Amino acid sequence: MSVDIRTNSVKPIRNTFAHLARRFGDKPASRYQEIAYDVQSEVNFHYKPLWDPDGEIYDKRRTAITMADWYALKDPRQFYYGSYTTTRAKQQDALDRQLDFAEKRDLLRQLPEEVRAQIVFALLPLRHYEWGANMNNCFISAYGYGTAITQAAIMATTDRLGMAQHISRIGLLVDGNSGESLTRGRALWIDDPAWQGLRRRIERLFVTRDWFEVMVAQNLALDGLVYPFFFQQFDKHIAASHGTGLSTLTDYLLRWHEETAKWVDATVKTAAAENEQNRAAIVGWFLAWREAGIDALKPIAERVLGDAAEAALGAVAAQLDARAAKLGLKV
Amino acid sequence: MAADGDLKPIKKLSLKENYALLTRGLGWEPTYEKKEEIFRTIDFEGIKIHDWEKWEDPFRLTMDAYWKYQGEKERKLYAIIDAFQQNNGQFNVTDARYVQALKLFLNGIVGLEYASHRGFNILGREFPGVGPRIAAQMQAIDELRHATTQIHAISHYNRFFEGMADFPHQFDRVWYLSIPKSFFEDAVSSGPFEFIVAISFAFEYVLTNLAFMPWMSGAAFNGDMSTVSFGFSAQSDEARHMTLGIEVIKFLLEQDPDNVPLVQKWIDKWFWRGYRLLALLATMMDYMLPKRVMSWSEAWTIYYEENGGALFADLARYGIRPPKYADVTIKEKQRVSHEMWSIFYSVRNAVGFPVWLPSAEEMDWFSEKYPDTFDRYYRPRFEHWRELEEKGTPFTNMTLPQLCQVCQWPCIYTEPDDPTEFVHRETEYQGETFHFCSDGCKDIFCNEPEKYVHAWLPVHQIYQGNCFPEGADPTAPDFNPLVAALQYMGIKPGVDGGLMSQHVDASRWEQWTSRPANLHEGAITQAVRKTT
Amino acid sequence: MSNIQPVFIALQANNDTLPIIEAICSDNPQAQVNEYPAMVKINCPGRMVIRRSSVEERMGRDFDLRELQINLISLAGEVDESEDEFVLFWKA
Repeated sequence: MSVDIRTNSVKPIRNTFAHLARRFGDKPASRYQEIAYDVQSEVNFHYKPLWDPDGEIYDKRRTAITMADWYALKDPRQFYYGSYTTTRAKQQDALDRQLDFAEKRDLLRQLPEEVRAQIVFALLPLRHYEWGANMNNCFISAYGYGTAITQAAIMATTDRLGMAQHISRIGLLVDGNSGESLTRGRALWIDDPAWQGLRRRIERLFVTRDWFEVMVAQNLALDGLVYPFFFQQFDKHIAASHGTGLSTLTDYLLRWHEETAKWVDATVKTAAAENEQNRAAIVGWFLAWREAGIDALKPIAERVLGDAAEAALGAVAAQLDARAAKLGLKV
Repeated sequence: MAADGDLKPIKKLSLKENYALLTRGLGWEPTYEKKEEIFRTIDFEGIKIHDWEKWEDPFRLTMDAYWKYQGEKERKLYAIIDAFQQNNGQFNVTDARYVQALKLFLNGIVGLEYASHRGFNILGREFPGVGPRIAAQMQAIDELRHATTQIHAISHYNRFFEGMADFPHQFDRVWYLSIPKSFFEDAVSSGPFEFIVAISFAFEYVLTNLAFMPWMSGAAFNGDMSTVSFGFSAQSDEARHMTLGIEVIKFLLEQDPDNVPLVQKWIDKWFWRGYRLLALLATMMDYMLPKRVMSWSEAWTIYYEENGGALFADLARYGIRPPKYADVTIKEKQRVSHEMWSIFYSVRNAVGFPVWLPSAEEMDWFSEKYPDTFDRYYRPRFEHWRELEEKGTPFTNMTLPQLCQVCQWPCIYTEPDDPTEFVHRETEYQGETFHFCSDGCKDIFCNEPEKYVHAWLPVHQIYQGNCFPEGADPTAPDFNPLVAALQYMGIKPGVDGGLMSQHVDASRWEQWTSRPANLHEGAITQAVRKTT
Repeated sequence: MSNIQPVFIALQANNDTLPIIEAICSDNPQAQVNEYPAMVKINCPGRMVIRRSSVEERMGRDFDLRELQINLISLAGEVDESEDEFVLFWKA
């Protein structure tokens, strides 16, 4: 039905929702703002959660961090579900072409056996690291406070599943779809002494109850070491003698990390700047998990880089420290 | 591994193999921390799971495919929403009366979608198996999608109509919105297995088709392309969720025979709780859509009695029977929307949207669709109320109603076998008397009284003086507690409720469109009278 | 209980779903099509199959059954999905 309306003369009676007008004034709000702010219930809860009888369903006390306004923890990428999925779909489309190319040219299968073994040793256990990171981000989205943080965290959760599956695909390109490399990667993760430090830390995070500590530990400290180490340092090491076949596939992970780091950094920086207690707690967590991360990576680095391990890890740690300094975490 | 230079052709993977390789085996048995410390909430309900690997993923969706298909759906949806906004599509809907239903949607449903997101986040973290955890995580982000797209689809209406601007504030405070709020908080505050049976099975599988398919088709019929687009797009995610719902039930029932009575208890509880929640949709379908696709009674027959019948026939092999009090829902299907609309009409000054009486033509439609009840019980009431309106003394009730301790509806339902007798059930717990709208709700209370005594019942809270805006002075001589309570809820007295014919949405609509604000009544302003 | 309990699939009524609906009707002689505003609901007793090859034939291009998701509104029945077939069924 087409209607003849003098629509040009019709002026809206308001430009946005009242809760957004109170924050930003009565002007059209972005689609990000419409979902990110205030949608979570705040008051008048009905029942005590059977899984936490002393708490409320949504409870600010599930972290030591305090915020006058939890909606200060906004996502600089301004992802809402639609922009998130269409962005990922586009990236995946480009990645699919890379994967297709690598498969058709047998880019990874053609590498010498010891190089393939190195790739399997260094990268395939990371499937499980990603699965652990998936669980830790889901913890944040389950128990965090406010729409802004839970929506970004569930996107990070599904991202980590996507990264685990992407690493699996790299494995399948190495083993020609037999799945042997995945089995091997899993055995390494579970039993190989070099990998136990990292697995132990991930399991430690599974029992860490403060969701903001999990945020700092997983998304800043551990990822801030793991991603540059494997996808820059290790990748450089392979590329130096065997070309960039692998790099075309790991570049995606690196770029995903850079993008997500914007959200992680903004969240940590804002919370640390809120008050001195927050800053002290975050610095404490950061230092402890940074140490733990370096400690965990050492044996893996020695196995894959030999004499170059120390320099590589040093470079990675320096990069992380510089990033932390920018977030106001004086180290 | 293949030797250099002698590569066998790569084996082509089927969808199932690809999913299995990419997903299975991601999890591992922890050894550095105790499993019961990692998964702390899966034991207390008494459900026994022996092998999480027995879980089957019906859709086998890897993240790349998820992003691809969901991204495609979102592109289509936002293209429509953009076009709708650019063309002022809000004026293409049937009338301003239709828009009132959207207020219930935005104020009452968005909060549920978000709560559902949180509930599935918990499952996505707490289930020990990889398959169920992924399924829960995908649903968690889907539910976030639904909250998001609902806000975006309705956002434009908010710029032209009253009563939607403060939806998060209202969801937490308005007396009848505690019905949906308490429903989902009941589920989220339960253990993970009860939550998934409640939401994935009892609510999504058994009940949501009934709500969304006829309702969204109704939105299309009334020209609301924005709402129908998000509705159908959301419902396509529901198709996955419902499949999860049935998978969950089969998995729980197959894991251990001891799970059967627990699951049955939850099906009984959540079927009834969900059914009561849907009374809101029954009312929207029958009374608020200017052009109707089908009646609530017809929808209940198709989507519960026929499709639900097929489902429970399938589950009989596990020893599961249809939900308790399903027979009552069938007896009530000829009454529930009429009883609901009567209560909204009579307390219209305390609700966030205006109401109206059905026109003569609409009453004829009801007579046809509700042959056993409408002419006998409801037509005389509405005709009497219309006479009072015409005399300028419309019937109104300023006393806030007694609420049911469980579903939180006013206790206005009638006896299953006698539509003229109000149901009133009560019980004592720890020296206090609690009231219920039905045997179904009373049973739910009696199974878990320690939970339901905590219910935040708005009418009780208002009378206890807990619902006044900040800075209100109850000792002031001109203090009106009801007005103060409405302000607390975010309802503007004199603007938001009342009669449609006197409402500002109606007069604006007629000025803007030159069409009657209520399709079924004559114009109320000169703006239309001049042009028609 | 015999396997005659109805399964159904509901699709958005648009240009993309026309060939899918035709394919369903041709592969499931017992299918019964109900049209509603903006929606088509197809019921079938016991079992309904959507064949990729039948859809492709009518669509004139490759079709991935997962594309069903884009225009799907709802369904009833258990699901079994492979590259070639999307099946809805009741076991009872």
